[in-house]
Order: sequence, then C-alpha cells, then structure tokens
Amino acid sequence: MTPAARKSPALPAPDIASETPFAARLKRAMRRHSSLFAMPALMIAALALTVFIHPQFSDFDLQSLAMGALPLAFGAAAQTAVVISGGIDLSIGSAMAVANVLAASTMENRSFGESLLLAAAVLIAGVGIGALNGLIVVLSRVPDVVATLTTGFIWGGVALLILEKPGGGAPPEFLNLGAGTLFTSWLPNGVILLVAAVAVIWIPVRRSKLGLQFYAVGSDRVAAFRSGVNVERTRFSAYIFSGLFSAVGGLALTMTTGIGAPLAGVYYTLSGLAAVVVGGVSLAGGRGGIVGPVMAAFVLTLIPTDLIFLNIDPNFGQVIQGTLIVAIVMIGGFAAMARIRK
Amino acid sequence: MTGHAKAVLSRVAPALAGGGVLSLLRTHTIVVLVLLLIAFIVGIEVARPGTVNATWMSNMVLFAAPLGIVAAGQTLVMLTGGIDLSVASVATASAYLMATHSTQGGATAVAWGLGVGLLVGLINGVGIALLRVQPLVMTLGTGLMTEGALVVYSQKMMAMAEGPHVPQFIETIGAGKFLGGIPNDLSVWAPIAIAIVFILRRTGYGRLLYAIGDNREACQLAGIRVWQILLVNYVTCSLLAATAGLVIVGGVDAADLSLADGYLLPSVAAVIIGGTSIFGGRGGYSGTIVGALILTVLNSILTLVDAPEPVRQILYGAIILLLATAYTRLTN
Repeated sequence: MTPAARKSPALPAPDIASETPFAARLKRAMRRHSSLFAMPALMIAALALTVFIHPQFSDFDLQSLAMGALPLAFGAAAQTAVVISGGIDLSIGSAMAVANVLAASTMENRSFGESLLLAAAVLIAGVGIGALNGLIVVLSRVPDVVATLTTGFIWGGVALLILEKPGGGAPPEFLNLGAGTLFTSWLPNGVILLVAAVAVIWIPVRRSKLGLQFYAVGSDRVAAFRSGVNVERTRFSAYIFSGLFSAVGGLALTMTTGIGAPLAGVYYTLSGLAAVVVGGVSLAGGRGGIVGPVMAAFVLTLIPTDLIFLNIDPNFGQVIQGTLIVAIVMIGGFAAMARIRK
Repeated sequence: MTGHAKAVLSRVAPALAGGGVLSLLRTHTIVVLVLLLIAFIVGIEVARPGTVNATWMSNMVLFAAPLGIVAAGQTLVMLTGGIDLSVASVATASAYLMATHSTQGGATAVAWGLGVGLLVGLINGVGIALLRVQPLVMTLGTGLMTEGALVVYSQKMMAMAEGPHVPQFIETIGAGKFLGGIPNDLSVWAPIAIAIVFILRRTGYGRLLYAIGDNREACQLAGIRVWQILLVNYVTCSLLAATAGLVIVGGVDAADLSLADGYLLPSVAAVIIGGTSIFGGRGGYSGTIVGALILTVLNSILTLVDAPEPVRQILYGAIILLLATAYTRLTN
C-alpha cells in the first residue's frame, strides 16, 4: 500500500462541492464557536422546559428570573475575563460583596443622581480591587488559585468592615435599573443592563489587541511571550476587567436585593465559575467567549426555579449545579478526545 | 525568572551573614519554617508576657490538629499537581452525618461520617483519574453537590425533630487532654502524620505521587497505572477531610452546616507555606505540619490584637499572602 493510500481514509477530503457556501460557513462557525450556538439552544431548552413544567409562566416569573440571574451573570463575566487569559479568580464573590455593601451603605437616602455618581465610584473601586488582585498575582508569582483564594478572604474582611450586618439601601429609581421594567413587562431592565454593560465593556476589548492577547496568553503563555506579548501586563489587565465586572455585579446585587449584605458574595465565586464551565470556557484558558457564561448564568438560575415549580426542595439545585459542572467538563473532555482520534 | 528574586536576595543576604546560610535555608526550607514559627511564638511572648506556657502550647496543638489532618490530604493531592476544593464541604458533611446518627452508637456514627468521605473521594477520584476532569473543576463540583445534598438532608432531619448530637467520645477526642496537657486529638493526628511522612519518603506509592506530579505522561509511558494511584489519593484525601470533620465537631460540640467552611483556605495555605508546590512533584508533609502550626499560632496572635473580627480576617489573609509570596520568591 502506498503511503498516500494509507493516509487517505484518515484525512477525508472536505465535501465542499455538495454544500452551499453558506452551509459550509455555518458549519465552520458552529465548530469554531460551538458555545455560541450550544448555549442559546440550552437556554431556550431550559426556558421551554420551565414553561412546560409551569404553563402559567408569566412576565412576573421572567422578571424574577432576570433578577436572580443578573448578579450571577456579571460574576460569570468577571470570571470569564480571567479564565480566558489562563488564570482563575476565586475572589470574585468577595469583590462583589465589597461593591454591594459600598453601594448600599452610601446610597441610602440619596437622590437618583447622587446614587449614579456613587455607582461610578463603586466601579472605580472595583477596578482598584481588580488591579490589586492582578498586581498580587503577577508580582508574588503565587499561583492564581492560592493568591485569589487569599485575596478573596481579605476582600471578605473588607466587606464586613464596611457593613457589619445586612442593611443599607438605595433610591428606588436606582433599584429600578436592575429590577424594574421600562418598555414592556416582558423585557426586564436587568436584561437591558446586562446586554449594555457586557457590550460596552467587553466588545471593545475583544476587538482590540488586548483581547487577542488575552486569548494568546491563555492558550500558551510561553508562545505568547515569544511572540512579543507582555504576559504580565496582559494577565494584570484581565484581573482589572474581572474587578470591573465584579463591581457591576455588586451593583446589580444591590439593585435586585435592595440592600447590602457582606456575606452574600460567597455564592457567586463558585456559581460564577460553574457558569463559566457550563458556558463553554475552558479552564485551561484561551477558549470560549463571554456570551456562553452569561447565558449559562440564566440556565443555572432556572434550575432551582424549576425545582420549586416541581415541588422539589430547591436546595437540590446546588447538587444539580455541581453535577452539571462535572458532566459538562466530562462531555467536553470526551469531545476533545473524539476530535483527536478523528 | 530568578533575576528579580536574586536582586531581592542580594539585599537580604548580608543581613543573614553570607550566601552560605542563605543557600542552606533555600535547600532546607523546613529550617526557615521552624525559625518562623519560633519567631511568631517569641513575638507573642514579647507582646503579652506570660502567654506562652504549657497550656498555651497544648492548646495550639489542639487547634492545629484538625487543620493538620485536612492539610495532610491536601498535601497528597497537591503533590500530584491537583487540588481538592471539596475538603471543607466533606468535613462538614462528615461531622453532620456523624452527629445525626449518634443515637445508633458510636461506631455506626463514625462510619457514617467516614462514609461521606469515602463516597466523595471515590467520585473525585473517578472523575479526575479516569475521566481526566481537571481537579479544580471536579472538586468544585463535588463540593457543591455535597453542600447541596447536606442542606437538603439537614432540612429532612429538622422535620423529623431529631437534631444533631455530638457523642461524648467525639467530644473527648476533639477537646480533651490527657497526661496533664497532651491534647487527645494529637492521638489522631500523630499516627496520621507519621504514616504520611513514612509513605511519602519510604514507599513506592509515595515516590509515585512525586513522579506523577512531576510528569504524568512520563509515568504513563513508564507503565505506571496513574489512574489507580490518583484514585487512591483522592479517596485518602477525602477520608482525611472526613476524619478532620469529626475532630472539629468534637472541639466545638455543635454540628452546623458551616462548621468547616473556615478550613478550606488554611488547608491550602498550610500546604503552600509548608513548601509543597501547587504544580506538584515537590514538597512533603513535614513542611505542612509546620505550616499548620504557623497558621494556628498566627490565629492566636490575631486574637490578641485588639481589633474587630473583619480587621483580623484581613490581617490573616495578608500575612498568608506575604508568607506564600516570600516562599515562592525564595524557592523559585
């Protein structure tokens, strides 16, 4: 047998002729951005399941879903920025808690205008937290997991220092930004805020050199370094975006709960990471986008809701969440193995 | 990589009387750790004369034991290049299940507790060793599962009005002392510590842990059944966490759902400070023991600081970070 003949079954020629250009392009796009296609499908399926279980699904249910998912979606976005660049941030929940208590403790009895200014200040504080995380990770050379686990502990202390017990508040107009509806009752403001914030913060980055560097550093740090990427600066920048998204998440938490709670954050570190994994971002770095994790946040929020509709203890939601993380990573692993064998 | 570290070292070196001492410290990091521990103890004695006495020492060991046991499992896992984020949930679940089954007799209750460890460890092991899920994700997932299942279980228990109760002998182990000051939980910790140090230094299994952490592919090519080692390793880690849970609940005498939450960060920190690399292949348990003692003494120092709890939490985190940084900088 000639080498060429032996090779041919392993490398089947792509069947381009029988496909229209559009179909071929769609196929390629689906393969490249599988999460972009899989996640909306999963989300629609989850929503359809919810409506099936609970036929009287109303605009009110949709609003409470958006309110529940909003902080988690931002937490997931924050984690995505760091994970794509090859790191991991276990301090996101605590950073969100700091933003949450900062907002709630300063905004009480203020006017709407003042609260917006304060929100801007909280965002700056978030950037500061992210910058500190990034500096610590880059300068100390302590692995990301350990460094951010520890800074998370520190931010948790800071949150408790700002507000000892759940309390505070914010003007109703401010709460409405995340909790109300503006146009129709079927389009919660939270969703608009989410889309706007992610678009304004992430799209410019994703399209810039920095965005490309995030992916480069995440997929192969050494290769990125040899191609002239400033690896340390890139990783530092990723933590800044993580801090910024965490701050938005903390504000969202204030909007949806109406108060500040220093211990509310813990949940978002792990669940945010869960959303990242479910949303198709590889924890090895360099793969995935921000849309998947954000949508996964809605799917993860739907699980306990559905359990309540089914009259099952909603605390099983956490069990399902854990199972889902593991299952998705396993499926991903099998898929990768299958691709290699092919 | 070492350029900056060298610059730092060159500044520190004269103070340490020459490079010979420094290189000795770098190769025998345990010496540095013990010196640090002594410095902490001296510091506490200077700040509050009369604090350090036999009772204080035995209390330190009493408090360090559960941390040392959790960190033992964490060390084993980290040596292979993994991490176990489910240890705190496992310890809590173990303690809670033990306490709710205490009416069925001591042995049954303890078996329930360790059973949780065995189960979660098996799930972790199968996922990580056989299905090759990243340890971080796997243990994160099982941690969430354990926690969620425990909440559901606790609500069932409350409905049955059969509250958790810590049996007397668990309390004795977790809080008591014998022979005028030796903490009882040392009788759990010491055998575990001796066994792990022995296994790591003197057995093939121990060497394989280092080998896998160093280069998993090479081990596979050398014909080692890596998955078996990893499976056993994660089960051991969870069992140790479950054991620690029993000691912890004995110490505080009340099982609640956030019992061992505070042990996750210190368990990782003790291992890192103790000189085990998170990337695997380097380190050992003796360093972790000193690391656990350092963290416990640190906690004790912070309780002397007249500051609100959040400030202490911030200080604790900052000092852990400093120690970890110093360590990484010194050894890399």
